[in-house]
Amino acid sequence: MTTPFKQHLIDPEICIRCYTCEMTCQVGAIEHDANNVVINADICNFCMDCIPVCPTGSIDEWRVVAEPYSLEQQYEWEEMPVQEEIAAPQGGSATDVEVYDKAMADLLADAHSGVGGKSVAPARAAKPTVNMYNLDRPAEASVQGNYRLTAKESDSDVRHIILSFGALPFPVLEGQSIGIIPPGTDENGKPHLPRLYSVSSPRDGERENFHNISLTVKREEHGVCSNFICDLAKGDTVKVTGPFGATFLMPDDPDARLLMICTGTGSAPMRSFTMRRQRTVGNKSGGMTMFFGARDADSLPYFGPLKKVPESLLHTHMVFSRIPGAPKEYVQDRMMVEEEAVAELLADPNTHIYICGLRGMEEGVEKAFNNIAESIGTQWVALRDTMREEGRYHVETY
Amino acid sequence: MLDLINVSYDTQIPNNVGLSEDKTVLKALEKWHPGYINWWNDLIPDKFQQSLVYLRTAVSVDPKGWAKFDYVKMPEYRWGILLAPQVEGRTIPCGEHMGKPAWQEVPGEYRNMMKRLIVIQGDTEPASVEQQRFLGKTAPSLYDMRNLFQVNVEEGRHLWAMVYLLQKYFGKDGREEANDLLLRSSGSEEAPRMLGAFNEETPDWLSFFMFTYFTDRDGKMQLESLAQSGFDPLSRTCRFMLTEEAHHMFVGETGVGRTIERTCQVMNENGITDPYDVDKIRALGVIDLPTIQKKMNLHYTLSLDLFGQEVSTNAANAFNSGIKGRFLEHRIDDDHQLKGDTYKVWDMVDGKLVQHEVPALTAINMRLRDDYSRDAAGGVGRWNKLIAKMGVQFEMKLPHESFNRKIGVFAGHNFDPEGNLVSGAEYDAGMADWLPNHADGDFIQSLMVSVTEPGQYAGWISPPKVGIDNKPGDFEYVKLHMA
Repeated sequence: MTTPFKQHLIDPEICIRCYTCEMTCQVGAIEHDANNVVINADICNFCMDCIPVCPTGSIDEWRVVAEPYSLEQQYEWEEMPVQEEIAAPQGGSATDVEVYDKAMADLLADAHSGVGGKSVAPARAAKPTVNMYNLDRPAEASVQGNYRLTAKESDSDVRHIILSFGALPFPVLEGQSIGIIPPGTDENGKPHLPRLYSVSSPRDGERENFHNISLTVKREEHGVCSNFICDLAKGDTVKVTGPFGATFLMPDDPDARLLMICTGTGSAPMRSFTMRRQRTVGNKSGGMTMFFGARDADSLPYFGPLKKVPESLLHTHMVFSRIPGAPKEYVQDRMMVEEEAVAELLADPNTHIYICGLRGMEEGVEKAFNNIAESIGTQWVALRDTMREEGRYHVETY
Repeated sequence: MLDLINVSYDTQIPNNVGLSEDKTVLKALEKWHPGYINWWNDLIPDKFQQSLVYLRTAVSVDPKGWAKFDYVKMPEYRWGILLAPQVEGRTIPCGEHMGKPAWQEVPGEYRNMMKRLIVIQGDTEPASVEQQRFLGKTAPSLYDMRNLFQVNVEEGRHLWAMVYLLQKYFGKDGREEANDLLLRSSGSEEAPRMLGAFNEETPDWLSFFMFTYFTDRDGKMQLESLAQSGFDPLSRTCRFMLTEEAHHMFVGETGVGRTIERTCQVMNENGITDPYDVDKIRALGVIDLPTIQKKMNLHYTLSLDLFGQEVSTNAANAFNSGIKGRFLEHRIDDDHQLKGDTYKVWDMVDGKLVQHEVPALTAINMRLRDDYSRDAAGGVGRWNKLIAKMGVQFEMKLPHESFNRKIGVFAGHNFDPEGNLVSGAEYDAGMADWLPNHADGDFIQSLMVSVTEPGQYAGWISPPKVGIDNKPGDFEYVKLHMA
């Protein structure tokens, strides 16, 4: 059986036949006749050079296909064909481009389950690219750096990993995840499946305009992939799939307010959001609030850099549960202390909420939201459902 | 090493030509800069100068850095000098010097011809901004207002591009010409812009869409042929400008399309099947299709005049000397020198319209005009598909190239839009159906109301199918300055 893949196409109803894409394409994959401009699936290498130069957006069209549409078929089109039902490689069916990599989709769906319904992207989020690279055709990245984020004394080993894709296009948005394929095979002798990690860098790169990607990875005892990643040295190469995720995204609106609640490596997407905002609005105004929980300062990833982020950009509450001589404090406890501020955020239709971390945090955070919503005379579940449907409530836990 | 891909901001003028190391040109440009800013500030109403507009700016000339979108106040837009990367070993693509290395400096013998071409091209850029200066006040949506301003700032940048060439390669003469580009003004009695179509008003948004579709398309064809120039800096400048020009084509094609779509939709909603039931259709606040056809007749024919005389020795000289190529010269399969080739052109013989073959070299203008007409017909076909899809019985049609012409062999004769020679009386009688009159203009003007609520559109035009930069329908493309 042929593996379905994503075919790059042009919407003939939107395209104005300026042929700018054709002039831009370095590999000659785009051509036209008197009717349409079309893309040769055998030649297109997904370099994405044609996307920004298109004045109409008609070139940002994709269909998952078992057999690619031929040039002749595309020349005949008056409108885009609908997405066909495609049997996903792992069995089952997928009608949607976003979920055809079923294993990854299932993982993400599970991570998002705490949201209490179908996740929706923020109305003003940029359009994410998904599933560019899969198991059959992974991207190769080289390691640019591997830094320990937690103190030497801490028994928690969290790493900041920087990956470079060189000339290979790998467009990610803040909040998206990528899959890392650990080398070797599992106990049944099959190659390992990729593990998902949230990117912790903004879309234009860990270093601005370098389009490199950073990850925040915690070493887990016996963890096949996390140990592989945490042991990577500069110059090593890794196989990467993705990007994945089309809902846990930030709104492209400098005035949107973000309430971010995270623990441990759940800080990865929050870091990418914060950096994105910092690069787009500078230090002027942030409108971002974060509740960040860890055992102690030594085990809180990015503790040092975080302290340097101006309060005007990001209002940070660091919450510690294992400070000797102090009572245990969790993120939900601090939310209750900051009840008024949280309530004010909940009441603002411009607020977007993001929760990311260990599954265990969900219950406590939900409870805090319940209490705070009640204090302003609102029923939390109803508010949450509204916010979710409006793309303003996002949960990713594992 | 000089970075020729990424835009450098080490001088006041963003550029990828190593301006900071070229003191003479930098000084000349810095002297010209305040005059440009004054020109811009005097032109665009203050309210819009202070507004935040979601514009794209290039941070590099490769596709990756080409379109970065962000909010910017227009006077702070990063106008600059951006040339497409130099192609190693590029040769002169046509004419008698074909095959020799492309010139990096202006050859003395062609200096004046080259300067004139650059000045004429440069003159059209600020002219269109002048023609469109009041449209912001009646924008049918924030989306359209953004598109207008994007077109405006990029026309401004195109002026910069031409001024750079003048100042870098043409010494004192070039500096004087650069200054004059800011002195002439569209529609002015004393110092009008050089080409006729650029002294016409753009009084309403349908005119703007028609202008960007038909007249900017002439600009596109001229840029395409200058992009083939043997003078490499001119070629590289024009190649980069073409990517920007595509956006202007887009604004025109979708603008007219959305106007047509809305008219058909309102006709359908009200059970009107006769597209010529003009009064009834106008009473519903949309522009009837026959009026749109008349606007098209006007703007298409005005734009045809921009191509000059059908048979022209100037054009032949420009081609033969390798200064200006043909549309997509590199894709044409011939000797690129036109030795012995002929081309069919129109002529008037004994009061009759005939076509005959002339040496192809002298028919360069005619050929470019034919390429233009083919290119322009494409969008008209797509508008017709839209009309058919909505179930309305009407077909838009480009008029015959002889209709309403002021330049070339057809000038001074009366042709109807089908290309039939008609008497003066017949011509006068037909005019009401062929070209927009004052009453048509007044009606269109009456629909021009400013809509500034994000996601809302004036009643005479449909929303676009896709947002700019993939933005959702209610995106606030312009954050209006409220003062």
